[in-house]
Amino acid sequence: MRETLNMVGITKPAAQQELLNLRFANNKGKRIHNQFFWERALIYLMLILFSAAALVPLLWAVSSSLKTPEQIFLFPPRWIPNPIRWENYRMAWTMAPFGRFLLNTSFLTIVITLLQLATSCLAAYAFARLQFPGRDKLFLLYLGTMMIPGQVTIIPNFILMKFFGWVNSYKALIFPAVFNVFGTFLMRQYFLTLPYELEDAAKIDGCSRFQTFLRIILPLAKPAVAALTIFVFRNEWNSFLWPLIIINDTKRMPIQVGLAFFRGELHTEWEVLLAGANIALIPIILVFLACQKYFIKGVAVSGFGGR
Amino acid sequence: MIVTNFFQGLRNSLFGKTPTQRRETRTAWLFLAPNLLGFMLFTVFAVGMAFWLSFQEWDLFNQSNPVGLANYIRLFTGDPDFMRALYNTVYFVIGVVPVGAVLSLILALLVNQKIKGVSLFRTALYVPVVTPTIAVGLIWVWLYNSDFGLINSFLSQLGFSQTPNWLTSSTWSKPAIVLTNIWQNAGYYMVIYLAALQNIPDQLYEAAKIDGATRWQQFSRITLPLLSPTTFLVFVMKTMGAFKIFEAAYIMTEGGPGGSTETIVYYIYKNGFEWFRMGYAAAIAWVLFAIIFLCTLFQFKIQKTWVYYE
Repeated sequence: MRETLNMVGITKPAAQQELLNLRFANNKGKRIHNQFFWERALIYLMLILFSAAALVPLLWAVSSSLKTPEQIFLFPPRWIPNPIRWENYRMAWTMAPFGRFLLNTSFLTIVITLLQLATSCLAAYAFARLQFPGRDKLFLLYLGTMMIPGQVTIIPNFILMKFFGWVNSYKALIFPAVFNVFGTFLMRQYFLTLPYELEDAAKIDGCSRFQTFLRIILPLAKPAVAALTIFVFRNEWNSFLWPLIIINDTKRMPIQVGLAFFRGELHTEWEVLLAGANIALIPIILVFLACQKYFIKGVAVSGFGGR
Repeated sequence: MIVTNFFQGLRNSLFGKTPTQRRETRTAWLFLAPNLLGFMLFTVFAVGMAFWLSFQEWDLFNQSNPVGLANYIRLFTGDPDFMRALYNTVYFVIGVVPVGAVLSLILALLVNQKIKGVSLFRTALYVPVVTPTIAVGLIWVWLYNSDFGLINSFLSQLGFSQTPNWLTSSTWSKPAIVLTNIWQNAGYYMVIYLAALQNIPDQLYEAAKIDGATRWQQFSRITLPLLSPTTFLVFVMKTMGAFKIFEAAYIMTEGGPGGSTETIVYYIYKNGFEWFRMGYAAAIAWVLFAIIFLCTLFQFKIQKTWVYYE
């Protein structure tokens, strides 16, 4: 080998060694490559199996909701419905006021998300960036209540709503939800990491505190705002226990409560009930697929307080 | 003079000494106001009221009656339904937490590989996390259907002649809810583990390779110890979550059959909003808080023995 290299005019020992190394590396590389192939195949296989386990229940629900009553009880089960029966969705839609439910949930989700973001960011700014007596004690009180499960406060809050005469109203769904200890905590932690120089510069330029907050701090905190938006949005779309307790008028029910309420009516036919479940399910999945980056980043940003 | 001094002192300690400080304090309270108002009413006041309620007997309509510790005493000495709910809840916690954590770790290791299409798998595995439990619960009722459900038809195709009656059998109803819960939450903790995995520096693995460490040694001596703070976090979060299981039981089994899936939160709901025993429901809620608190405290205490902090 070395002779060959000498012959072709590569005479420097270092260069020769380098080429030899390259050769060996290539040999070794091939073996490693082979090993990688099987390892990769195994990883793909496992990923496919786990992903199938994650998606099959949902896909099966879609498939079943498009079947005729005869097809749904076929054994062994068939995946592709034939004929496809969209009728089930129309039936579900007429048996329960799904349009109204979706409208209620969309309205509530948007209003609560916006209000909660506003109150959380404002308070977080005061906790993170302003000096005032008692600040840290008050923040400690906020943190302390994060440990207490919502089930403790749900009974007194129900009584409060009754006292205000708000039972069965949107007010009872909106007002207790517009402030959020977790959101305040999350935003405060993020605001603390932002540099002070910009804020000082804004102060010198004569910006008021509120202008600084709105023009400087909030735009810098976009990742945290996005994470919190997704977090609140998901919680509100899926919220159940509180609206279950407070709302019994079908006109004001959010979608999950409405679905549970009309379960009996829909359940005469499995495919219709599943169509109903899918109506309550598909919008949030579509939103997730459209902004999945933020959903997944949100977990990493927030970490705590999920479920 | 003394009076003026007193008020000045009060002002100084409440709002700050200089005019600038006082202005900042005013601004701060304006920023805080909307949040603080809700916090004071719906959290601080509500917690106090829940505490008061737990020593009362009240059906919402008549005058409330102070009963001292009677609610708490009855919970632990004269209420087999509560004991059953407690047992069921503990069953769920034990069933969900370790298995769910291990599964999430495996998923995170898989989606942490640098291979093509891995983000697609991440998305697929995360989809169940965003789904609402009520809608998904109904879907799982259909999957668990003993005659026509996908799960039993799969099992019988595998050759099992006897398949469980899942949600209608008091033996299988609890495992069924555990499985659904793990299915729904695995992706969430996968992402938490994934973030932690990506924080482990590559050099550590390279150094280990040079020293001739096998893949398993790299995993058990580098990955696992460096992930242990995350594992601790996952255990604490999952435990808190599992103690509050309610929606799945409400929609899938209504706590049945025979109360076999009635959880503590379900029992709070029934007492408070079906039977209007407000005081009793509040007492159960406090007991739930105490249990979760003690469990978390215990986890924090024993973390020294197994969590590795750099």
